[in-house]
Parts: sequence; C-alpha cells; structure tokens
Amino acid sequence: MPRLAHSLRQPRSLHPGAWWLWALGLAATTSRTTNPLICLLILAVAGFVVMARRSRAPWAYAYGAFLRLGLVIIGVRIVLQALLSSESQGIHVLVVLPQVPLPSWAAGIKLGGLVTWEAVLVAFASGLQLATLICCIGAANALASATRLLRCVPGALYEIGVASVVALTFAPQFVADASRVKAAQRLRGSDAGGLRSLRRTGMPVLEGALSRSVELAAAMDSRGYGRRNDVSVAARRFTTGLVLAGVLGICVGLFGLLDAGTTDWLGSGALVAGSLVAAAGLVAGGRRTARTRYRPDPWALPEWLVAGSGVACAVLMVVVSRTSPDAAVPPYPLQIPELPLLALLAPLVALLPVLVSPPPPDRLPEP
Amino acid sequence: MIEFRSVSVTYEGARSPVLDTVDVTVDEGELCLVVGPSGAGKSTLLRCVNGLVPHFTGGTLAGDVLVDGRSIRDNHPRDLADVVGYVGQDPAAGFVTDSVEDELAYAMESLAVPPAVMRKRVEETLDLLGIVDVRGRPLATLSAGQQQRVAIGAVLTASPRVLVLDEPTSALDPQGADEVLAALRRLVHDLGVTILLAEHRLERVVQLADRVLLLAKPGGRAVIGLPADVLATSPLVPPVVELGRLAGWAPVPLTVRDARRRAPELLERLPAGDGSPAPPRAGRSTAPPAAERQLARADGLGVGYRGVPALRGVDCTLISGQVVAVMGRNGSGKSTLLKALMGMVSPTAGSVAVGGRAPASLRPSVMVTLAGLVPQQPTDILYTESVAEECRTADSDAGAPAGTCRALVTRLAPDVPDDRHPRDLSEGQRLVLALCVVLTAAPPLLLLDEPTRGLDYQAKRRLVAAVQALVADGHGVVLATHDVELVADVAQRVVILAEGQVVADGSTADVVASSAVFAPQVATVLSSPRWLTVSDVAASLAASPSPSSATSARCPVVSP
Repeated sequence: MPRLAHSLRQPRSLHPGAWWLWALGLAATTSRTTNPLICLLILAVAGFVVMARRSRAPWAYAYGAFLRLGLVIIGVRIVLQALLSSESQGIHVLVVLPQVPLPSWAAGIKLGGLVTWEAVLVAFASGLQLATLICCIGAANALASATRLLRCVPGALYEIGVASVVALTFAPQFVADASRVKAAQRLRGSDAGGLRSLRRTGMPVLEGALSRSVELAAAMDSRGYGRRNDVSVAARRFTTGLVLAGVLGICVGLFGLLDAGTTDWLGSGALVAGSLVAAAGLVAGGRRTARTRYRPDPWALPEWLVAGSGVACAVLMVVVSRTSPDAAVPPYPLQIPELPLLALLAPLVALLPVLVSPPPPDRLPEP
Repeated sequence: MIEFRSVSVTYEGARSPVLDTVDVTVDEGELCLVVGPSGAGKSTLLRCVNGLVPHFTGGTLAGDVLVDGRSIRDNHPRDLADVVGYVGQDPAAGFVTDSVEDELAYAMESLAVPPAVMRKRVEETLDLLGIVDVRGRPLATLSAGQQQRVAIGAVLTASPRVLVLDEPTSALDPQGADEVLAALRRLVHDLGVTILLAEHRLERVVQLADRVLLLAKPGGRAVIGLPADVLATSPLVPPVVELGRLAGWAPVPLTVRDARRRAPELLERLPAGDGSPAPPRAGRSTAPPAAERQLARADGLGVGYRGVPALRGVDCTLISGQVVAVMGRNGSGKSTLLKALMGMVSPTAGSVAVGGRAPASLRPSVMVTLAGLVPQQPTDILYTESVAEECRTADSDAGAPAGTCRALVTRLAPDVPDDRHPRDLSEGQRLVLALCVVLTAAPPLLLLDEPTRGLDYQAKRRLVAAVQALVADGHGVVLATHDVELVADVAQRVVILAEGQVVADGSTADVVASSAVFAPQVATVLSSPRWLTVSDVAASLAASPSPSSATSARCPVVSP
C-alpha cells in the first residue's frame, strides 16, 4: 500500500466501509439511549462531520432530507401521543383537548382529553431517538453513497452486489418513466382517472422497464459478467454453510449487544465468532469468480481511525449504560437528565473524523 | 476476422428465417457498414457476432460464425467479451454503474485485467474518445453524444479486436453524431479495430465505410462489396447517391465532396438561375392564402424546469396548411416548445395560445381537439394488446364515431394488420399508428417530436407522404427534428432554436441552405438554395427543354 494512503491530509475519498462503520457505531450508540441531550449531541456531531467531509456529488446533500424526515417523525410521534395519552402517564397537565367519545368496544382507547407533560416529553424523547437513528444512516449516505459501498462487497457476494446496484439505479428511472408516460397519456384526450388511467400508465411503464432490463442483461453478458472458474459442488456447499453460520452468529451477536437485557459477553462473543466464520466463507466463495477491481479505495490509517472512532463511541455508550443507567434512559421525563462526563465523551469521540480523515478530492481548496 | 459460414437464424414461432444462408467475411481492420430496411435482420446479424444470437435471444442457428477463429457455437457472449465489443441501440440502457470511470472499467474487472493495466487503459480510452473532461461525472448528466462515446469506451477497454455497433448515431443531433464518428475514425485508423456498424442514416456514415453489407429484405441474400458498387443498386441510399443516379454519374458519388466536383456538369443541364423563383416543388402544394388561419401563437414564451430556463422569450405563429420544422441541438428547447403548446408545461413568462385558448388550463379531452402531439417514443401512448383495440379506445377517448381511427390507419398505412401487438410493428408502422390515434380527435394542429428516429428511408418516405396529405387537408404540422433531409423534403418554414431562443425563422430554402450544419446534401452539392432535394432537381430537369430528359429517363428516379 502506498505511504500516501496513510496520510491524513492528502485529499482522497475515504473507503465507504469506514464511513458506514462510523455511522453504524453512532446508530448503535443512539439505540442504547433515550437521553435527549445525548441524542442531540449525536445529531450535531453527525451533521458537523457531514458538513466538513462531504463531496460535491449529488447524494452529498442527502443529510438535509434525512434531517427533515427526522423532524416529521418527532412531530407525528408527539401528535399521536398527545391524542392517545392517558392519565397513567403523568400528573402534570399540559392542555385539555376535547375528548371524542368512543363506543364501548373501544374501551381503553382514549381520543383527546387530558394531555400531560410527561406523555409529550416521553414521545419527544423516543421520537428524537428514532430521528437520530435515521440521521446516522443519512450521514453515511451523504458521505459515501450506497452504490459505492456495494462496489466493495467481497467477490463471493459480487452478483448480489451488482443486482442491488442495478436495482438502486432502476428506481429513479422507473419514477421518471412513469411521469413521462403519465404526461403522454394526456395526449390521448381521456379525462378518466383512477384504475383505468393506472392501467394505461402501468402497461407502457412495465413494458419499458422489462425491455430495458433485457437490454441491460445483454450488455452485461457481452461485457463478461458472470465469467467464473470451475469449483466442485462440495466446495460450493462448504462455502454456503460457512456463510450461513456466520450470518446467524452475527445476527445473534447484534441482538445481544443492542438489547440491554442480555449479557454483553454473549452478544460480543457471538458477534466476533460470527464475523470470523462469515469472513472465512466469503474468502472461500470469492475464489469462484476471477475479478479484479479498478482503483479500489485503500483501507489505511484514516479508515482505521474513522471506523475506530465510531466503534469507540458505541463501546463507551455500552459502558455508560452499565455504570449510570439513569443517564442512558432517564426515568423521570420532567427532570433535566443527568449527563456524566463519559456520556458526553462518547459522541465527542465520533467527532474525530473531522481531524483524522483526508478531505474529499473534489472539494474546492479552503482559503 | 469475422466469418459468417452459411448462417441462417430462425426465431422461435417465426415462419421464415430472419437471415438465410449468409456467407460473408469481414476482413481485419475494416469498417463494414450494414445497410438494410427495418426488420431485414441487421440487428440479428450484429448480435450473431458475439453470440447474443442465439445464446441470449433464443432461436435456431444454422451454420457458424467465427470471430478471430473462435466459434460462437462453443462460446457464450461473456466468453467472447475480450474479442468482441458490442454496443446496443440505446447506450444508456446498457450502463451498469453510475459514473464514467467505473463504467469504462467494468468490462476489465469482469475479465480480471490486472489493476495497473486497467488504470492505463482507462486513461488511454478517455483520451481516444475525447471524454477526459467528463471522467468523474455521473452518467445520467451526460449528453446523448457523450453517453454514446462512453458506451463505446466501455467495451473498448477490454481491448477487443472487433467492435459491433447498432445504430450509433440515430438518436444523436448532427453535432453529437460528428463527435461519435470522429472517434470511430480514430479507432479504425490508429488502432486497426475491425468495426461492423449498422445505421439508417447513411448520409452520415457511408464515407467512413470500407465495404457495405446489404441486407435488402428479410430472409434475402446478403451482398457485400465496395460502397460505390453496392449503393449503385441498393434500394436504400443517401440523397447524394440518389442525385448521382439521377444525373447518370458512374460510379455514384458517396460523399458531398465527390458529387460537388461533378456538379458543374449537372448545373449546366438545369435551367439557369435567372433570378426567377424556384419552380413549385413537387408535393408541396400549399393551401390558398385565403384559407390560412392562425392555429397557435406564442408571445415571449418562457418555460423553466426548477429554475433552469428551457425557453426564453419565444415568439412564433403557426398557421394552417404549413409544415414548420423546429431544429436545434439536443436540449435547445424543441421538445419543451411542443409541450408548452400541448399544455404539458406551464409558461413561466409570456403567453401561449392554441386555438385562442391557453392550453395549460384546458382539460385533456378539449386539448386534443385543438392540437395533437406524437411523443418521441410513440409507445408511450400505445397501451393495448392489438391494433384494432388501440383504434377502438382511440375512438372512445376522442368521442369520435366508431371506425374513425381505423379509417385513418387504412389511409396512411394500409399494411398494418388489425391483430398485431403494437410492439411487434416496425418502428415506422408504430409511428403511423400513434399518429392516427392522435388524429382521431381531428386536431387542426399536429406536433411531431423527433419522428424519424430509427426510421429507414422507406418508412421516412411514407411519413413524408402522410404529412403532405395532412397539410393538403389544411392541417398545420410542426416537426421537432434533427433530420435535415426530412426538413428539406416537407417543411416550408424552419425555426432554429438555441438555448431556448429563436435564432432563425424563415422559409426552408433561406434558413437551411445557408446553414453550415443544417444544409441538406443536395443543396450543398449544387451550392444553391433552389434545389434542396433530389425530387426538386428531377422536377427542374423534367421542366427544362434540354435533352436531359433522356438522361433522367435512363436512370431509376426514386422520388418520395
């Protein structure tokens, strides 16, 4: 690996896997806390890193859209909770709404009536948690598009990766086709709407998509897609078994880690073992396809640091949730939640990429 | 290099073979042009070269094709990827990745080319095709000409010895086509790549060809030979060859330059330009001025998409009994102007009126009685399973008496069968069917967006006849097109758009003949705006009293 790849200053685009690991670390952190202060801190950290390290590609502006989506989620959550809240959720009344009388079979459901501060604040906190989770994914999308990530899938998963990339590029095309055909239907002069017009738009769009898929398949076939080395049936079965076992282990591990109820040792143990088995399976499977990669993104020092900062953030949060559970999940919604130093430190660690990741290549030089 | 050994291909369910015992050899380093009407098996022939036929499409193959000594019987297209590069009709449909560099590298990645070699070849290909300045751009943001060059580059990086191109310039404006053809010329001259290329627009490519392969009809014999020899008898020829036949030149000229050197002899036979107006041109009888009425009008029309202006202050008036051609680069606002006339986009400035009313405010059922638009892809407005069904729904949509649409189809394209699926029609038949569907509501103004895309000369001739018949009925017709020969054939008036503004508006002879880009071949050869098409010249020859009538009788006159 060239020495230059280890430089923290030399502009280049970071390996997309590093950004996604970092973002997943932040997301894992968020999933363990409903403390609004920590969630807001994570939002701010993710936003700051995105602003500092995004490129000028079209997807780099995705973070704003995710942020708006988050606001909508919080709003919906609060409105629903306010409408459906019951007195069991607290004693501090915020406002009294007119109550809608419901028939007797809907006993236990209340529409309107008393809205308590507690209910609204709990709804805000859980809405904020969900919004923060979504923004973490949004940050990953803005920093490295999903398409770029899929290019890095290991050789054994190459076919699936290509299929996903094609699906991702087809979706916007499909929408564009549908609106074009819908506009063209106006030219036939029918004012009819509803099912009839759906059939009229549907047929040309589906036929168009189908013929384009066939064209694409022909193009891919004639460009060497699907060339492979011959491998014995036994070897193939062994590979499949390895990958399946590994994925199962990873699932068990993730569940154990994210669910605060189970012991962490079981979770992390299963995660590590599962990852190793899956990796072995992918390496074995990769021998089947002979491919090379054009200008692969190197995995060097900055990648280790960025991914590490995300993982460190998640680990710190796990520690916080054991040492001071009240800070991770504040029990009293009306009190200002406590914020121990460690809980403050966890999101701030994730700010590290601003310092240790190289700037993207297509940014204008800073004055 | 490519050897067709008595190749016959029969598709499943077809009664007769598409290709019948084709015995042809294409030599190394040669650019061979495949010529033939739609449906004669050009695409099938091209797809045989890398085994897409029959491995991918199905069908029965008899005989064999050898490429660089490798048989397509034993090799799948993916195994031949390092020998044959194949680029389909729609380059955008074949893109696998979303950025230029990745797309160029894709084939090499599949072939396991070492990274260092890959890097070098990508750089070379970027230079060779002149796409260095777009190397990092997303593919969706490129122009059609750039996309076509990227598609060629994407197969070229695998360093194939044969390149197969299916209509590489049909969808391009003249400027984009020039870029692609310049790139192809470089490939043939510098790299010695063997190129097999099918194209309807012969006037663009014939001067590049070393030899021409003619497929005159489905299941017919394939003829290969020097361009001048094959085109002397071919049913499909560019205007310059047609002019050469009319003038009795042998061998027929292939390029405008060739023809121009012989033009003085022909000009002597033509009536001298004594300042009198050109004789009335065949098939262009205009309605008497009294019958002219204003059909549509744009005043300072501006249209923008998300703040990006597509039209800026267009003034124009459309009258009945006139064919107006709207020309200009891709993205100059031609389609937007048509859409604004149909009320599919709302003006952001100025006004547009069709039949005295603002189109954007009209309901579709009212709109179609004032103006009709045939979109760039006619299939967008066809959605039923048969031609008869399509005609029935068109009648009920337009509130026209039953049988109106079918009567139109019978008049404009009598050979379209009732029970055929619209997708199974040829490009030309499909266009005429869409045209009839639109005409069912009897709109006085008819708009055609890029109608000759993918049409062969015969289909084009039928389109010209249909348009002339409509104009004789008093319709106003607007053509948004790149096709200068079509414009020379039918249009009385030409409007040229650039960056959403009208840069020229006047009679066809004035605007087109004086243009460097839009001049038809005949006008360039004779350097006179008096004759734009071969039929103009034929009419003049027939009218002049000189002994030239003997000449024109000797030559097969092909007039639309």
